[in-house]
Amino acid sequence: MPALIGVAFVVVPLLALLARTDWPQLGTHLSSPVVGQSLRLSALTTGVTMVLVWLLGTPLAWLLARSDHPLTAWARAVITVPLVLPPVVGGVALLMAWGRRGVVGGPLEAWFGITVPFTTVAVVMAELFVALPFYVVSVEGAMRGLDRRVDQVAATLGAGPVRTFVHVVVPLVLPGIAAGSALAWARALGEFGATITFAGSFPGRTQTAPLGVYAALEQDPDAALALSVVMLAVSVVVLGALRSRWLR
Amino acid sequence: MRARRHTPALGLVALLAAASLTLAACTRDAAQPDNADEPQDALTLTVLAASSLTDVLEPVVDSFEGDHPGLSVRTSFAASSTVVQQVNEGAPADVVALAGESSLEPLEQDRRHGPVSLFATNQLQIAVPVDNPAGIEGLDDLRADGLTLVVCAEQVPCGQATERLFAQEGLQPDVASYESDVRATLTKVELGEADAGLVYRTDVAAAGDRVAGVEIPEERNVVNRYPALAVSDRELAQSFVDHLLSDRVQARLVDAGFGPAPEQ
Repeated sequence: MPALIGVAFVVVPLLALLARTDWPQLGTHLSSPVVGQSLRLSALTTGVTMVLVWLLGTPLAWLLARSDHPLTAWARAVITVPLVLPPVVGGVALLMAWGRRGVVGGPLEAWFGITVPFTTVAVVMAELFVALPFYVVSVEGAMRGLDRRVDQVAATLGAGPVRTFVHVVVPLVLPGIAAGSALAWARALGEFGATITFAGSFPGRTQTAPLGVYAALEQDPDAALALSVVMLAVSVVVLGALRSRWLR
Repeated sequence: MRARRHTPALGLVALLAAASLTLAACTRDAAQPDNADEPQDALTLTVLAASSLTDVLEPVVDSFEGDHPGLSVRTSFAASSTVVQQVNEGAPADVVALAGESSLEPLEQDRRHGPVSLFATNQLQIAVPVDNPAGIEGLDDLRADGLTLVVCAEQVPCGQATERLFAQEGLQPDVASYESDVRATLTKVELGEADAGLVYRTDVAAAGDRVAGVEIPEERNVVNRYPALAVSDRELAQSFVDHLLSDRVQARLVDAGFGPAPEQ
């Protein structure tokens, strides 16, 4: 019985979302500017975020998986903080660091005239901040499961550390990378709190799909519902791909 | 393997429980100590109000509680459009007080339990950081290139007022962000992230020395009228609405920078 209540608790709101959606007019609502603009922006920012996640996260996961340095445990703990941190706190933290009066943002503006908040760059930074830990944690898990003798064999065959990493390690942990990427991407797509705090909300520039839902809900609820249904569909597809291929 | 996993799992549960209790203990201090946890009853009145009323409503509530011993008034602040949406979705509330008349339009008929009473007016002002880095001296400076300007989103009254102001002045400034309510707009200026923000003059006054205000001349400004009405059939709800029009409250509103209740 408690199990049923648990299932119902999750399923009922999702069904309600589908039930309240204006299906015959869905096409019209989807063509409203807020939907197209925010979906395009979300596709762009999460795409850039994922490239950065791969470039920064993969070597980081490898370092965490293989290093025996006492600081590694600390690094691992710190990198996972955004996993549990309320996103809006992440947004405030980003603002304190990269804002015009921030620790990094202050000098950045004074010396180079670069301001970060309210830009699409700020959106990507907010997404990267929340998504990177998901990727690193799951890829590190896969890399730690890798037999150390694999790197040793590669080394005896004359491969340097970089070559071992690129040609031996990465192909072997590809399933872990794929699962981590899907999780990180979904988290980036859903990012709201840090974005609205750090990047504000401007259609086409910083108003991503979740911010679009929030803004449209009070003005054009049908468009908000249409956008929600699109995001729900995307989430289900991602989850389905994950379960069928890597989670079983 | 299985047995060994139990201990950390139990430890985790205990840790989460401890964290929740700590959070609960923290909020306990901030909330009203008396009957904060009890369901809405005869002794509490719930007022949902526009965020621009955040500071001024506190003394108004205090004086109303003073007139009605034993009564506790709970207030919650959000964008006017959010307030109306919450009430339409069935949020328990007795009175709503909003920052613009058009926000009231979506309020469903069966939640309206009394006449709409216009209890104050407000005007826009340009809020700038104390050191005014962009040197804003008036409306026309908002046209400057490279200025970071934040305004309210169009679904909230301050956003509608801003749009009216821009249309009437033929201004098409470069906006950095449309914030979800007037206090969010003010905060971006307070933090120095924006060079200027369009907010109500009362918000600038309430922020004290954390921001500076640049006046918009009366003849170029726009006026928002603040409506309030009872959204439950309790007698106290209507009394609170009437209280807003009392001389005492009107004097306080004027002190805070609002205009007095317009002719009804």
